Order: sequence, then C-alpha cells, then structure tokens
Amino acid sequence: MSIYINGTGCVSPQQTTQGGPLLAALKEYEQVRLAVVDPDYKQWIDVKQIRRMSRVVKMGVAAANLSLEAAGLTAPDAIITGTAYGCLDDTGVFLKKMVEQQEEMLTPTAFIQSTHNTVAGQIALLLQCHGYNNTFVNRGFSFENALLDAMMILDEGGADNILVGGMDEITNYSHQILSRFGIYKKAPVKTMELLNSPDSGTIAGEGAAFMTLSKTKGSLCTTELKGVSTLYKPLWEGEVIGHIVQFLEAHNCTPEDIDLLVTGRNGNIDQDEIYEEVAEALFPEHPEACFKHLCGEYPTAAAFGAWMSNALIAEQRVPDAVMFYGHPPEKINKILLYNHHEGTHHSFVLLTYAE
Amino acid sequence: MSEKVWIAGGGVISGIGLNLRACLQSFRDNQPGMTAMKYLSSVHHATFPVAEVKADNATLAEMAGMPEEISRTALLSMIAAREAWESSGLGDISRYRVGFVSGNTVGGMDKTEDFFAGYLKAPNGGRLRQVVHHECGSITELVADMLGIRHHIATISTACSSGANALMYGSRLIRSNQLDVVIAGGTDSLTRFTLNGFNTLMILDQEACRPFDETRVGLNLGEGAGYVVMVSDSLAAQVQPWCRLSGFANANDAYHQTASSPDGIGNYLAMKGALDRSGLQPQQIGYINLHGTGTQNNDVAEGTAISKLFAPTYPLMSSTKSFTGHTLGASGGIEAVFSALSVKEGIVYPNARFQHQMKELPFAPETEWSEGHDLQHVMSNSFGFGGNCSSLIFSKV
Repeated sequence: MSIYINGTGCVSPQQTTQGGPLLAALKEYEQVRLAVVDPDYKQWIDVKQIRRMSRVVKMGVAAANLSLEAAGLTAPDAIITGTAYGCLDDTGVFLKKMVEQQEEMLTPTAFIQSTHNTVAGQIALLLQCHGYNNTFVNRGFSFENALLDAMMILDEGGADNILVGGMDEITNYSHQILSRFGIYKKAPVKTMELLNSPDSGTIAGEGAAFMTLSKTKGSLCTTELKGVSTLYKPLWEGEVIGHIVQFLEAHNCTPEDIDLLVTGRNGNIDQDEIYEEVAEALFPEHPEACFKHLCGEYPTAAAFGAWMSNALIAEQRVPDAVMFYGHPPEKINKILLYNHHEGTHHSFVLLTYAE
Repeated sequence: MSEKVWIAGGGVISGIGLNLRACLQSFRDNQPGMTAMKYLSSVHHATFPVAEVKADNATLAEMAGMPEEISRTALLSMIAAREAWESSGLGDISRYRVGFVSGNTVGGMDKTEDFFAGYLKAPNGGRLRQVVHHECGSITELVADMLGIRHHIATISTACSSGANALMYGSRLIRSNQLDVVIAGGTDSLTRFTLNGFNTLMILDQEACRPFDETRVGLNLGEGAGYVVMVSDSLAAQVQPWCRLSGFANANDAYHQTASSPDGIGNYLAMKGALDRSGLQPQQIGYINLHGTGTQNNDVAEGTAISKLFAPTYPLMSSTKSFTGHTLGASGGIEAVFSALSVKEGIVYPNARFQHQMKELPFAPETEWSEGHDLQHVMSNSFGFGGNCSSLIFSKV
C-alpha cells in the first residue's frame, strides 16, 4: 500500500508559511531560544478568537490549514496531533494564578485551553470535522506515534484524508525551567555554526508542522511516506544500526538505496555522536542534511524534519543551508530521516519520490 | 496479521479499591468511594467530596515498588498495569513483543504544582526533581521501564477519553502485527490543578454526584488507573481470554471546547461507529457502561444520543462514576476493565443514588448490582473536552 503526502504546512522559526522555494530567505539567529515567525493568523482564525488563543494553538491551526490548502481540501476525515508539552502557556497562566491566589477567584479560560488535545479539538471545531480525532503526548515520540496511527487507519481504509501534525511551544516558564536542567548552550550561538559547535548543550526551538496523508495521490503530490519507526532507549549504538537495517529491509531497501540522510543533529557534541556512528557504519559516502539549526530542538522537531524532507523531494534540490556533509545528490529518490531526542527517543521516517 | 484482538486480563486501582476484586466488592456492597478529601491538599477540602484512592503515597510507592517522591500518577499506573499483566497469565514479559499505551491528562502535575510555589518566588526556586516527570509521557515511561517494556511506548491525552483511545491505538498495533501484546488504559491522580479547573467550570457537585438523575448538578473528581491486556489471535490461543475488543470508534463533537452539543452528535457518531465496526445492531448490546459524569450537559447529551441510536429497546445501563468519581484520563481504562469483566462474568454494575427519572429520557439506569446475565456485547462510552468522543465494544469469546 502507498501513502502519499498530498500537502504540508509549517509554522517555524524560518519563513515557512509564504510558499516559494525552501529557505529562499534563510533566517539566521544568534540566540539560544528561537521563536516562530508568526504568519497573519487572521487568514484562518476570527480576530476575536485570536486574542484568546495561545501561540501553540494558533501555530497549529495555521499549519493545519496550510497543509489542507496545499492538498486542495477544505476538511480532512481525521485529525491526529502529537505534542510533548501540550498547551504550556495556558497551563502556566492557570498554575500561576492558582498558586498566587491560593485557589480562589480563578477563571476557566486558561484551564479549558490547557488540555493537550486543545489544538486538535480547535482544528476540528474550526473545520467542523466530526471524524477521528486523537492526540499523542509521548515526549520525543509524540509526532511519530501520530504518524503511525494515521498510517494504520489509512491502511485499514478508515479514512481517505488524514491531517497529522506535531507541535510544541516555548514559554518563559518552560524555557527558564528547561534551562535549569542544563540542556541549552550557556552563551548565544550563531545558528549557522550550531552544528559544528565543540561543546554540549543545544538551542531551544518550537513550531508546528502538518501533513495531509492519503492513499490517493494528489495532483501536486511528490512524496510517498513509506514508513515510520521508533526505538526507545537503545542500549548501545549497535542497536540503532541494527534497527535501521531492519527498518529499511521491511521497506525493501538497503542503506545504498538512500540518496540523502537527514539527521536531527542539534549541536550538542554528546548527543550528536550517535549520528556520527550511524553515518559511519551505514552511510559512509552518503550526503547528509540537517534541520535543527533552522528550527531549534524540541520534542516534536521531527515534524519539521519530515516537512523539510518532503520539500527536498518536491524541489529535487538541497539548499546549501541544510547540507551538512557531502554534495547534494543529483536525484533525490529516497530520504531517511533519523532523529533522536535526548538520546532516549530515536525515530526513523522513510520518504520516497512519488512517480 | 491478527484478525481479532482479545482481552486477556485487567487491573484497576480506584477510589473503591486497590485492586479489581476490591472494586467489585465495593459495587456489591454498594459502597461508593466519594469522601472528604484526605490525601490531596487543597483549600477546597471541605467543599468538594472526591473519590481518592485510599492510600498515601508511601503506601502506594511500596505497592508499586517505586520511589515515594515520584508522581502519584505513575504509582497508580504501575499498580494497575502490573495487576493487569499478572492477571493475564502470560508470564515473562520479555518473551513477547509488548507495547504500553497509556492515557493521562495530568502527568506529573501533582509534583509540578508543589514546585511552582517555590519557583514563582524566584526563578531558581523549587526543586527540579519535582518537575522532571511533569510530561504525560514521562509517567508512561516510568511504568514501562519498571515493567520492562521497550517495543512500543505511547501516551494519549484526549482529556476524559484518553484511556479509551489507548485501547483503539493498541488494538491497531496488534492487528497490523507490530506487536503481540499491548497493555492499554489510563491513569490520573487528583491534583489541585484539575480540581480548581473543574471548579471554575462550575460542574463539581458539593455532594456525592447523581449521574442520569433529574436533580444532578455536577460531577465528583476521582483518581486511579485501569489497564487491559490485549493480545493477538495466536496468543489468545495460549491463555483464557476474557472477551474480544470487537468494535470501537472515535468521533469529534466539533461543538465547543468543553461542552457537549445538546443532541450529542459526537457521542452518537462514536457509538454508531463502534457498532458498525463490530458489525452489530443496537439491540445486540446487552449493557452500556455510560460516560455518565453527572453534569447537566453530559448526561442529557449522552442520553439523547442513546435514545436516538437505540430506540425503542434499550440495553441495561449504568455509570460506574457514581462509585469511582470521574477519573479523567484513567476513566476509559478503568471502565474498559469493568466492561470487559461484565462480558466475561455477566455483571451489571449499579448506578448509585439514582432516584429521579430524567424528563428528557425514556430509560433509567440500573440501581442494583446483578450478575448471571448473558451479556454477549457490552459498550463503554468515554467523552471529553475538545469534543473527543470514544466508544468501545467488548464481545463474548
């Protein structure tokens, strides 16, 4: 069975909502916390509602709508989202008031919007979509689980078009608290130099990326989603290598068939080591592209990686800004996206050019 | 590929018992779990009764074999998941391709809200170890790590339908032959965050709740965890399965972020979809474990949807939330276990405190415990915020 990516949409720290070639106007930063470039949300959301919506809801709704528009659809049959942190902003607002006001005189708005399924629920509400609706929240697997759920439902024939996406937001609270865990760089770093950074820590990112999937190939579709797989807490690098070989075998290919490896390097020298080891073992001569210097690190960053990989196949071009190793392939037929989050959550997505 | 998906066991911890058999005894003895708040610290402790699990964190930690300072959400999850696994008789977990799919809505919020008191005073205040398991997924992983599950880990958060959606996803993983066994369900502990949130919505009853009663005014929050063990055809042949998960559906009400549409369109679509998937007619359902929160809005929407779908003959029905309270992300898992056992043992659970017929509805819930029914098919409903509506159907082996 073939599953096609018929349209995608992305709100990110890059200019990804305007259309046009990938990274035509690259945004470079020198900071440890990247924020999305907000599109004009009025295109999709009523002005009165915009004021009440938190950023993650707005970016999710925008990316979902962009994806549907690209697929030429007004509404999907199912909506599946992945978000590790959920609606942090509203959670923080409600928590702060609850603590400071000692549980008195609270209002419902922030609580209502704090649940993890708010984005998927809002998309359903705005599109009046009564179909299947689910939200996965398992850290670095949130987007991948959503993708797998969508593929299984399409496989069963349970829906024609499924909107699937991943999103997470940074808030002042979350950034301050995550910084205390020491996961970010101690000093600002130029994003275009991040991947060659000689020390530990990465930069924080956020964003929303959606894709519209179907068993029927859309008129503008260029990419087939062959498979997704996750690997939880591998004991050593050999397990990752073995997992990739098996994953590719299950889709009737070998490392030699991969034209471009896209990895989730994040500039943390300790966490990037595994990408080196995997590339050395399986893809020694392969060109490698990266994406987290563009969008930052967050648990659903693989959604941005998948969105970007689809664009690379669509355009049959790899911009200099994303090349990490080797030369851009002449023909991009197969991309393996390999990402890991915190060293514990490894995921693999196989995309091919759709004839 | 496995044609069917079987329920091979289940475990529950809730406000009416620390394990499944204790919960059943409370139903038999007509002993609901709502009491004055004892373990959760809140300024509202004298105002709102809750169905707490009747054990402090030290006791739960001992039962779970986990450290006392981790989230209560994880402790509850571990206790019920282990009970479920042991009831299946499958033995050494490392022999199978196993997944753990768990729903929850609060994650480690019980610890985060303590952290925030210190953190709001100073950016470097509060102890970091209190937020390290804040994420919903972290709760699932703590339990998966204890159980030795690595093949597939997923966490679902669709408010009050989280646990039910976990069974659907788990069932697909088995049917597509990615796994042999899935432990699926949900967990949630009581927190000030949820208590105060529901209080702002003005849907908490200050007395014990009265689901499907004309005089109902709101719900009581509860806490707990419930998991089923789902297996493929080939493993079902090696154990004595309780029943099959024969149908399910998930639909969205697309009406309001927290309220149900008056005619329960999402509820109707979920129940109808589950019937269609199992290939059943409405009259073949013997018992419905209702979502039945006891709010004005839910019960009339759910009841109206049931009237539309099942008229003129209605199955037996009851809301076990009249005993366990509304356990949010756990409810779909807890009620899946109750429903699966209902098919296996012919049990119909009582709906506590029902006295006044709802004027909108032509049917009433069962008020007494009864067993020995020949139940071929049982439906379990779970509806939540975000318009998320799910129904499951369990069928005789």
